[in-house]
Amino acid sequence: MNAIVTAKAPSRGCADAVVPMERGQREVFCGLTGIIWLHRKIQDAFFLVVGSRTCAHLIQSAAGVMIFAEPRFATAIIDERDLAGLADCNDELDRVVTRLLARRPDIKLLFLVGSCPSEVIKLDLSRAAQRLSRQFMPSVRVLNYSGSGIETTFTQGEDACLASLVPILPAAPTNAEPALLVVGALAEVVEDQMRRLFAAMGLGPVAFLPPRSALDLPAVGPNTRYLLAQPFLSDTARALEERGARRIAAPFPLGVEGTALWLRAAADSFGVSGARLHDAIALPQERARRALARHREMLAGKRIFFFPDSQLELPLARFLSREIGMELVEVGTPYLHRQHMLPELEMLPVGTAIVEGQDVERQLDRCRAAAPDLVVCGLGLANPLEAEGIATKWSIELLFTPTQGFDQAADLAELFARPLVRRAKLRV
Amino acid sequence: MQLTLWTYEGPPHVGAMRVVTAMEGVHYVLHAPQGDTYADLLFTMIERLPKRPPVTYTTFQARDLGGDTADLFKNAARDAYERFKPEALLVGASCTAELIQDDPGGLARALNLPIPVVAVELPAYQKKENWGAAETFYQLVRACAGPFAPPPGSKRLARAADAAPTCNILGPTALGFRHRDDVKEISELLARLGIVVNVVAPQGARPSDLARLGDADFNVMLYPETAGVAAQWLQRTFQQPSTKIVPIGVGATRNFIEEVARLAGIDATSVLADYAPRAAWYARSVDSTYLTGKRVFVFGDATHAIAAARVATDEFGFVVVGLGSYSREFGRELREAAKLYGVEPLLTDDYLEVEEKIAEANPDLVLGTQMERHIAKRLRVPCAVISAPVHVQDFPARHSPQMGIEGANVLFDAWVHPLMMGLEEHLLTMFREDFEFHGEAAPSHLGGGAAAATPEPETVAAVRVADTPAVLSWSGDAEKELGKIPFFVRGKARRNTERFAQERGLITITVETLYDAKAHFGR
Repeated sequence: MNAIVTAKAPSRGCADAVVPMERGQREVFCGLTGIIWLHRKIQDAFFLVVGSRTCAHLIQSAAGVMIFAEPRFATAIIDERDLAGLADCNDELDRVVTRLLARRPDIKLLFLVGSCPSEVIKLDLSRAAQRLSRQFMPSVRVLNYSGSGIETTFTQGEDACLASLVPILPAAPTNAEPALLVVGALAEVVEDQMRRLFAAMGLGPVAFLPPRSALDLPAVGPNTRYLLAQPFLSDTARALEERGARRIAAPFPLGVEGTALWLRAAADSFGVSGARLHDAIALPQERARRALARHREMLAGKRIFFFPDSQLELPLARFLSREIGMELVEVGTPYLHRQHMLPELEMLPVGTAIVEGQDVERQLDRCRAAAPDLVVCGLGLANPLEAEGIATKWSIELLFTPTQGFDQAADLAELFARPLVRRAKLRV
Repeated sequence: MQLTLWTYEGPPHVGAMRVVTAMEGVHYVLHAPQGDTYADLLFTMIERLPKRPPVTYTTFQARDLGGDTADLFKNAARDAYERFKPEALLVGASCTAELIQDDPGGLARALNLPIPVVAVELPAYQKKENWGAAETFYQLVRACAGPFAPPPGSKRLARAADAAPTCNILGPTALGFRHRDDVKEISELLARLGIVVNVVAPQGARPSDLARLGDADFNVMLYPETAGVAAQWLQRTFQQPSTKIVPIGVGATRNFIEEVARLAGIDATSVLADYAPRAAWYARSVDSTYLTGKRVFVFGDATHAIAAARVATDEFGFVVVGLGSYSREFGRELREAAKLYGVEPLLTDDYLEVEEKIAEANPDLVLGTQMERHIAKRLRVPCAVISAPVHVQDFPARHSPQMGIEGANVLFDAWVHPLMMGLEEHLLTMFREDFEFHGEAAPSHLGGGAAAATPEPETVAAVRVADTPAVLSWSGDAEKELGKIPFFVRGKARRNTERFAQERGLITITVETLYDAKAHFGR
């Protein structure tokens, strides 16, 4: 027990693995779905989808979010008048935005979110955003990004949203001290824990993107070193690099090991001593290991199958395989960003069946043939698989639940254990 | 462009999905971008169906748009045929695919599949879910039953003297509001009348069942929103008459029995003699006295809203203070119904407008959809759900129809449950300062918890401010007295008092003004 942080495996794991790419029906959400958590995260932002009734119906249905009677998102539904040219789409959009902002004076940041129809009819939302920004600044800033299904898969909507924020981040002074930027939406409880850990390590200043308020944008510049908290942020990373920021390569902070390595990468980059890191994380790390042990009993040796969904699949598979002892039957991912995923790939067992893309029918065939103990999949597939006798975990819950960091590692394991525990309990 | 927070109906291709998902042996190939597969979860999560909807999506992406999306569609259709071996294939486009104009119908026919291919064009930028369901059902009925149509102008043969009368039940779909239970209830009622059900469709029907729709003597049209167009075509093509009365409530169910008996040429006297839904007696029982004159706001699809308004008036003794629907296709019917109750018909799919109208009407009870449930929660008005759009709660494990005899009983329970019980309401009025009976208390059978602590909703305050010139103010004593009035009538008391004061040019509302207004408006 002398090494607090587990050393990297000597093997290169799956780093050099050839990953097959599957083409066919993709049973995934589009990027608009990200609005469901982003609108809760940035509390003075409003998301206006410019799209069709389908878009409005999707957001409303995807997470059963109707508990928020007055949501901070809406859809400007394109109708036949707009398509036939009887109405000018830009005039119509200005009218809708003016009505919206009159209703919601609390809004400081408005995202115009592009959709499949707006992309196909080539409605230029970036020009619309500039025009509306000029009109409503300084009280409201207007940005745009695409959450369309033809451009983005599920969590890529968050990537596109954060990437659209990068150009408006204030510039850090050229002589500024090195600063850490943590990138990717995290639950507030997780963010606060991370802040405490970085403070204990003596590492700072630390900022988070997205911020909780649109008025609280972090500065960025060549002094910025950023650490990805989510695995699906390739466009945001590129935009940050363009502003001079440098990425700290690390696995993602899922599980005890992932969190420790993530923090250690930051510590190394900022010259925090090993002893200081140890002092800061030893306690929570040990506590997390103890909490995790309980779930290992239920999950170790069980076989798990991932349908592609959020791009969290690889880090989750790494966590479940290395810390919980689960067997990976297949790990689907909608996209594989080899550079960002390299530390994760290195830690996956050699020979793991990773599949990029999707042909849902063939994947279901493989899944049924493999008869795994647990399947991670979207809401459209979960009940049908349960009805066939296969236990499932809804993948969307993995995004809506605080899972990153030491004190959430056991919660994360519990999400996978729950369907099995429940099955063991039920006598119906 | 229309600003939409919540939508009552999905796009028309979701209507098509509701039809094919209810049926057996039909597969739908939908030209649609990645992400449109979200619609599967409506069926697997909200309705908890144990199988995936029979839908294949092409899920094209940007990189496909540069290439050949038509090929993508053809491959998807061919693969779907080979994998699922359906008896009929439905093909169409979602909103985005409609813009790229690939002609799914032509592409699918070019495959020369050995089964009927039915193409549905559902204009996504004009029409909505229920229209899409009705159109899809009609196209499927026409494609399957059309080949068996008698020559135009031929007379329908009379039923053999010894044969039992037969009918079809038309309209129940997947994701329908209590369709599953209504079909069971109405089928049992028809059986009691000695009428044989030939086909139920779309729910549970195969294409081969649709082919024999013409065999029945008449049609029972349960849901005009989804079955109206098909029923009209069957009437024209097979001279098959259709029921017009939707059997929701005690009275409508009785009228429905009479209508069905007429269409079937049978005598329903004995069934009508035994006709005594428990709800009819409950409504007359003394405990229900307190229901008299409760002001109710009704909103839903046209069929359920119109039926609810009638039931509320005739069978509960309520007063309808608002009647509306998002079913624009049934605007005429709704306007006629609104005339009966002397209210302005509200035809809109704008959630914000509905909220505004409910706040204005200040009802004692809202009968609406899941959306109105949220509005009512905000306004702290009791609410019962009477119509789609549906929520997982609208698929109860128990049998819970809206139609027929048991349906009438269910309505009685479901609408009375959110209200204060009779004696409880009186006690609340008498002992309003009791620490447990205080004005913020919720009905005791609903638990005292969460709702009670919520402050008065903002919208009500906003409406109040807008209606009231700045000069009018409440004295401290009057405000305190107002606080003694139970919360569920307090808003009305405040509005009435302010109106009373304004009409008399008063500047300050005193305790006396409050009671003057009470005497003036007394109910």
